[in-house]
Amino acid sequence: MPNYLTNGHGLASWLLTKDHKRIALLYLASITAFFFLGGMFAFLIRLELLTPAGDVMTSESYNKMFTMHGVVMVFFFLIPSIPAVLGNFFIPIMIGAKDLAFPRINLLSWYVYVLGGLFTLVAALGGGVDTGWTFYTPYSTAASNTHVITAGLGVFITGFSSILTGLNFIVTIHRMRAPGMTWFRLPLFVWSHYATSLIMILGTPVIAITVLLVAVERGLHLGIFDPALGGDPILFQHLFWFYSHPAVYIMILPAMGVISEVVQAFSRKNVFGYSFVAFSSLAIAIIGFLVWGHHIFVAGQSVYAGLIFSILSFLVAIPSAVKVFNWTATIYKGSVSFDAPMLYAFGFLGLFTIGGLTGLFLATVGLDVHVHDTYFIIAHFHYIMVGGAIMGYLAGLHYWWPKISGKMYPEGWARFAALIVFVGFNLTFFPQFVLGYLGMPRRYHVYPPEFQVLNVLSTAGATVLAVGYLLPMVYFTWSIFAGEKAPMNPWGVKGLEWEIPSPPPTENFVVSPIVTHRTHQYAPSKEVGIGG
Amino acid sequence: MAADGHARVAAEGAHGVRHPRLQHHFDDMEQQAEASTLGMWVFLVTEIMFFGGLFMAYLVYRTQMPDAFREASHHLDITLGATNTVILIVSSLTMALAVRSAQTGQPAKTQVGWLVATMVFGAAFLGIKAIEYTEKFRDHIVPGPFFEWHGTYPRGAEMFYSLYFAMTGLHALHMVVGLGIMTVMASLAWRGRFDDTYYTPIEVSGLYWHFVDIVWIFLFPLLYLIGRH
Amino acid sequence: MFTNFPLFPHQASAQAAQVDNLYFFLLSVTAFFSLLIATLVVVFAIKYRRRHRDEVGVAIHGSLALEMLWTIIPFFIVMVMFVWGAKVFFDIYRPVAGSMEIYVVGKQWMWKVQHMDGQKEINELHVPVGRPVKLVMASEDVIHDFFIPAFRVKADVVPGRYNHLSFTATKAGTYHLFCAQYCGTRHSGMIGSVIAMEPADFQAWLSGGRATDSPLASGEKLFQDLACSTCHRSDTQGRGPMLANLFGKSVELQSGGTAVADEAYLRESIVNPQAKIVAGFQPLMPTFQGLVSEEQILQLIAYVRSLSAQGAAPAPAGTSAPTLPQQSDRPVKEKK
Repeated sequence: MPNYLTNGHGLASWLLTKDHKRIALLYLASITAFFFLGGMFAFLIRLELLTPAGDVMTSESYNKMFTMHGVVMVFFFLIPSIPAVLGNFFIPIMIGAKDLAFPRINLLSWYVYVLGGLFTLVAALGGGVDTGWTFYTPYSTAASNTHVITAGLGVFITGFSSILTGLNFIVTIHRMRAPGMTWFRLPLFVWSHYATSLIMILGTPVIAITVLLVAVERGLHLGIFDPALGGDPILFQHLFWFYSHPAVYIMILPAMGVISEVVQAFSRKNVFGYSFVAFSSLAIAIIGFLVWGHHIFVAGQSVYAGLIFSILSFLVAIPSAVKVFNWTATIYKGSVSFDAPMLYAFGFLGLFTIGGLTGLFLATVGLDVHVHDTYFIIAHFHYIMVGGAIMGYLAGLHYWWPKISGKMYPEGWARFAALIVFVGFNLTFFPQFVLGYLGMPRRYHVYPPEFQVLNVLSTAGATVLAVGYLLPMVYFTWSIFAGEKAPMNPWGVKGLEWEIPSPPPTENFVVSPIVTHRTHQYAPSKEVGIGG
Repeated sequence: MAADGHARVAAEGAHGVRHPRLQHHFDDMEQQAEASTLGMWVFLVTEIMFFGGLFMAYLVYRTQMPDAFREASHHLDITLGATNTVILIVSSLTMALAVRSAQTGQPAKTQVGWLVATMVFGAAFLGIKAIEYTEKFRDHIVPGPFFEWHGTYPRGAEMFYSLYFAMTGLHALHMVVGLGIMTVMASLAWRGRFDDTYYTPIEVSGLYWHFVDIVWIFLFPLLYLIGRH
Repeated sequence: MFTNFPLFPHQASAQAAQVDNLYFFLLSVTAFFSLLIATLVVVFAIKYRRRHRDEVGVAIHGSLALEMLWTIIPFFIVMVMFVWGAKVFFDIYRPVAGSMEIYVVGKQWMWKVQHMDGQKEINELHVPVGRPVKLVMASEDVIHDFFIPAFRVKADVVPGRYNHLSFTATKAGTYHLFCAQYCGTRHSGMIGSVIAMEPADFQAWLSGGRATDSPLASGEKLFQDLACSTCHRSDTQGRGPMLANLFGKSVELQSGGTAVADEAYLRESIVNPQAKIVAGFQPLMPTFQGLVSEEQILQLIAYVRSLSAQGAAPAPAGTSAPTLPQQSDRPVKEKK
């Protein structure tokens, strides 16, 4: 029987496919390209910051570098990464469905993503954009003379890809579950994607209209944010962060879903406190919509607005803490193996904990005044987005690679790479916390000489990190051609995806499954307390 | 977990035959229809958020400059606006009738007739909108370097018209998309695609059309009727 | 090459110590929980490592008591952070009565500073130690941000509005001044120095230098040059409202309602006179947008303030105002 990879050959069978698994691979290829593009920008940034003076490139170029790094990494890598690749591939399988509810819309979302990406590439290659990925007005509308409209349209278009993916997931999770797959039997990966999808459909349209208004203000002179017409540049920031703060949860929630799966699988144990982990995803999604004002503490919003956003930002930290404690408790009395996915999960636990706790510094208004817009923030959100989201993505990619490709990756190399990534990451970003508290502002092309030592450390770390990211690229590619053939269930774990062949057949299930209990039930159920 | 070998309930419908419009990955027509309808509702939620950004901007600025908005609003043609409101409400009626004619299995011609009527009203709306826009260009009240305002509040008026063009422009764009969808629906209906067992596409298109109408029902008073009581 | 290698910023304002204490509290919480999680993960992973191929974990479903515990304890910890942070925030942002006011205008890519005594500086700000200072900040173009790390304070400088920054320097020295909000090509060049001086040195600096007209005097001159005085007369016969004793008062508006005549209101009345018409007057005044710079608007405001009763006018640096922060929770502008 052909599997999804061998069922149909030629370019057209890929570019016109409606199979969620093939579309996931289309996404995998394109986000990997964008990841290395964004990484290249990052590397040039770190190279420039080796010395205090601006000696590698001009300020114009430097400003374009960090803008393109942000735009590419946020909109074209992090947001689609786990949902569009791993979510696309595994949500239907995990709930026992043959495909997502709308296969054609799924394919459309990839084309929309590529179109948005092309706009952004045109903007990047045609001279670049220098507004920062935040597109703050009035700089973006009135002052910058770079390709703001093209890049803005790229972001606008890609937003629809995200909306379509979220819509597809929500409908799929509501309507396509196999018999017996009740809400409280859903794998936690699916729960976290449900929460993510809610943010995608509720938040993305707001940034779409906001970026569109910037383009319209620049191009057609409709002055919605123009202070000369009595418009308010701060309104832009409210609208922008109304999406862009929850967007952080679009990046981290799916990673949390991966970690829930991986920790259970490699502890061979069901998660501790299933419903708390599941509901904390929803809590993060909901409260996450109410905290955007903490990006604007020093912009002149009223003191009382600041206090309200501060307290809400603290509240959103609680469900994340609950998750971390539950994962830790899951390892307790498990049967722990140290395969590469689990190493990435350990890395995630450490880095996300630091990233989350340093978020509290920024929610504390009195302290945020000092660290706002410094390298402290850069370090914090890289601990979340790189230390959290990318670690989660790599954990998931390794965990499911045998299922996706039908081949085993070289385990020794993978463990080595996980270690390199962890060390490189901390060397890159930990010094930036210190730099930030010292007062080095973000987006600085030249900086006072006393900040150099820490910047050199950071650049050295970035080099190590780059090696750590290139390694999986190499051995995954190698494994496709020369890897050992993967069995149906190489890890000896539970889950619907491990009950079908590797790689799966096009229809996923030869016989549609009937579900009788929750995933990751390894030992006979023994009720200890309640919760689960 | 538990693929314990039981085959799922057979995918065939009650008559034991797969409906020709049933896509391979759904179990039955009901599941397919439910999925499509839910999909459209979710999409409409995103549309609400999409317009929501503009309504938020409107709310903020109108609160800040109520007098300017009132003055600027008086230059809008209330007759044309009201006519368009009526046209859209009627088009919603013909849309509902189109859906109903498919649901009750009426002949293709009837379905196409109601759809074409809806499109005619939609086109009429856009025509009137075009007339209004032309007038604005003629009177130099399109924001930008050529904006002229002879009232008390030139800055506030320019802001009002920025919002006016952004909001009605975005709405008009949705109307154009709606006309495109209706063209597809009419051609499908003409080929006899819809009957009382399969009418989901026309039904969800109707949802979209009603949504676009409702947006206008909000835009009309907010833009045209400020301070006219 | 790497001789000057600080790991912690100077602590040179009254606020700095407060912010740092809060920082150390959060730092210890972070260290504690990071170590706790790391230790637990490592210990569990090693202790329960897989010993044979088919081993599985023990089925433990959860514990309500534990869930409550690790929800409620973090909740109380973050509430402590919130309250403490809010208190520090109030202390940072509350202007102290009798603060020395200084006008700051940000433009791509420089800081222009004007003292009430007439001293003008570019990319430098001289302040006396021990005297509360309040910056009134405007932008000519895009958003900037006035950031003094050694004082632990920053505030965005937003076009179309006035933002304020208050601090009291406590240690003489030269400190970094950064623009912290990305503002275009030479953003990282929009830097300068804040020079905190002992009061006597500061007086010497004030009286030295190339003093120009004070903002008040420049404003008065502008008021004549722009012919403001034709309508805003000192008697009640003018076509525009009388400006004497206006600042800080509540104004009845034509549209109903009132507005407080603060800096933001005066600025709006100059660049967008029709926005708020005073009751009993016609909307006759033309806009001065584009005709006056942000600096000049600040000078006009300084002049209008000087027409009000004592106390409302910005205190010149030379006067001997109280040198210690007074506990007053009312912003200066509301002082009658």
